[in-house]
Amino acid sequence: MDLNYTAEEMTFREEVRAFLKAKLPPEIAEKVASATHLSKAEYDLWHLRLAEQGYLSGPWPKKFGGQEWSAVQKHIFEEECALAHAPRIVPFGVAMLAPVLQAFGSKEQQEYYLPRILSGEDWWCQGYSEPGAGSDLASLKTRAVREGDHYIVNGQKTWTTLGQYANKIFCLVRTGTEGKPQEGISFLLIDMDTPGIEVRPIILIDGEHEVNEVWFTDVKVPVGNLVGKENEGWTYAKYLLTHERTGIAGVGFTNAGLQALKRIAHSEMQHGRPLIEDPLFAARLARFEIELMAMATFNLRTVAGADAGKAPGAESSMLKIKGSIMRQQINDLARRAVGPWAMPFVSEQMEGNLYHPGPEYAAKASNVYLNNRKISIYGGSNEVQRGIITKAILGL
Amino acid sequence: MDFNHTEERRMLADSLRRSLERGADWAALAELGVLGALFTEDEGGFGGQGFDIAVVFEELGRAGSEAPVLEAGLAGGLLADCGQTDLVERIIGGEMKVALAHAEPGMRYDLGPVSASAHDGHLSGRKSLATNAEGADLLVVSALDGGNTALFLVDPKAQGVALHTTPALIGGTISEITFDRAPAERLGDATTLETRVAAATLAVCADALGAMETAKAMTLDYLRTRKQFGVPIGKFQALQHRMADVAIEIEMARSALINLAGHLSAPAPTRDRHVSAAKNLIGRVARLVAEEAIQMHGGIAMTEEYALSDVARRLVAVDHRFGDEDWHLARFMRLSA
Repeated sequence: MDLNYTAEEMTFREEVRAFLKAKLPPEIAEKVASATHLSKAEYDLWHLRLAEQGYLSGPWPKKFGGQEWSAVQKHIFEEECALAHAPRIVPFGVAMLAPVLQAFGSKEQQEYYLPRILSGEDWWCQGYSEPGAGSDLASLKTRAVREGDHYIVNGQKTWTTLGQYANKIFCLVRTGTEGKPQEGISFLLIDMDTPGIEVRPIILIDGEHEVNEVWFTDVKVPVGNLVGKENEGWTYAKYLLTHERTGIAGVGFTNAGLQALKRIAHSEMQHGRPLIEDPLFAARLARFEIELMAMATFNLRTVAGADAGKAPGAESSMLKIKGSIMRQQINDLARRAVGPWAMPFVSEQMEGNLYHPGPEYAAKASNVYLNNRKISIYGGSNEVQRGIITKAILGL
Repeated sequence: MDFNHTEERRMLADSLRRSLERGADWAALAELGVLGALFTEDEGGFGGQGFDIAVVFEELGRAGSEAPVLEAGLAGGLLADCGQTDLVERIIGGEMKVALAHAEPGMRYDLGPVSASAHDGHLSGRKSLATNAEGADLLVVSALDGGNTALFLVDPKAQGVALHTTPALIGGTISEITFDRAPAERLGDATTLETRVAAATLAVCADALGAMETAKAMTLDYLRTRKQFGVPIGKFQALQHRMADVAIEIEMARSALINLAGHLSAPAPTRDRHVSAAKNLIGRVARLVAEEAIQMHGGIAMTEEYALSDVARRLVAVDHRFGDEDWHLARFMRLSA
């Protein structure tokens, strides 16, 4: 047992810190800290700076221009980025599609798409969920029918995060109806400019435009845009899910949230004293901090296990559940901490509704709390994750 | 960063687990090195670090052992601090059992103030809730001597010592002890009590983790085999989800224990902040695991005859030893301020 980072890992942390200090624009960090939505240009700028440093493709294999970061390195990077209020890396291209292309894509696809992900030429979004296929993703109905050199795609995708910024979408589509539902699914790359695609915004409970519906009406997609083999898309989608697990607990975000909460609780007054001195609030905060200390070690145990080549097992599901609950708890505590300042409802999407009369840290407390209710729903709801855990440990 | 135990500790844990399954007695535990693992090399042992204590007590808790190992480390550790090398050697060799009599009525979870007192080699007062004092060859007893709290060695069979013993919720025994001018040998001032209690609290946490693993294994087995409505009850999602949450919380408890074991040798404020973080979390999870294991088993778990009852009692008792959730939460808050 050794709870310390190695000298190399400490050096890496210093490098990341120095990079963030030099290259993260303060006005972007401020926006992230105050939970203001970023424009496409702001995301693009940040991605480009990361790419120039080689950080955007840090976890990629060397042969694709990456640095083959260890899970611990990835963890350190994510932790430092969260503490510095760097924008999250939009994962759809660099962290979700790229590993699939690297494992299952053709040489042509790899050579064409991977550099465009790093340069920012392509902004990918994810076409998985459908109105009738949420937790039961394999029941998806968007159809792709082969006609000569093209697939003709018809159907509807939903919850498409930042689809309004995307020029490409990777989709799970139905190409077969034989056998189990999982067996007739293919993985298709589609240009968002193709005629027949329509993107419609969905405004969420926090009043913001983050996700979209994407409609496909007789959309012609070249067969060369199929990844891997027809009807084997489900395997690729599952590969993607097992691939990503260091960040699943979101410990970096929770830690940053705890620091922010403490600052709020020092500023907010209750009975003429800072809220942080209120015994009930202080007890809630302490209980949370105790949980987070254990959670951080739980996460690191799994991260270190990944570097030692241990199979993920039930741990990623456990981290997903506990991590999501804790992120939601810290948002809940922040909303409570701002007290009555949580009552004005500020929304960038609602006309003339950008003014918040209270302190800056209070403006988005309710919005963030509401928005992050999604964490226990997306990526396999916590109930689906509990099913995975019991299947692994119960064997029934 | 490395979350694997050393080869030596893994071997000790494995052989201890096997011996306990075969019903190892005190001599067998000493032979295995269980007692030596609680003491540093300077003290005559070969361990004494947080992770030595963690591996030993996790196995004792898993097996539901009632052997007075915690007392050997706690009272024996105080003897080591007072330079009683010969006694420590006999404890490590399994030739002698010791126990600590420190708590008094009204102290609740605090370590003081002590009101028992000593004069001219004789000790008088009442000690409360001394674990495994029954059957101990020697007692380490705290008492006021001049203005200081000092430690004394008392023979429990000596004139003026009376034990009133009952079974303990956690397993083993618990005694109320009265001392009426009992002959007592002064060992030294009780300056290391907090350090030794920190290590003993780690032992209770590790013991709890082992007991949680047993409760989990028994419950999983029951979910697989018990049939109702024509299927194993583990097929029911309501039970699956409860079980998944229990499994997650046990991993949280294990993580908290690792944090504590890794900081046992840190300066007192850091150490105690970790003691309180771990004890708060593990006290809560131990109760949760006990309650959930009983609920998922159903009626059978309510019986004394079924083996879960011992495990559940042990888990519930965790929160009553060396400070409960609230006591440690309050201390964590003081130490974090």
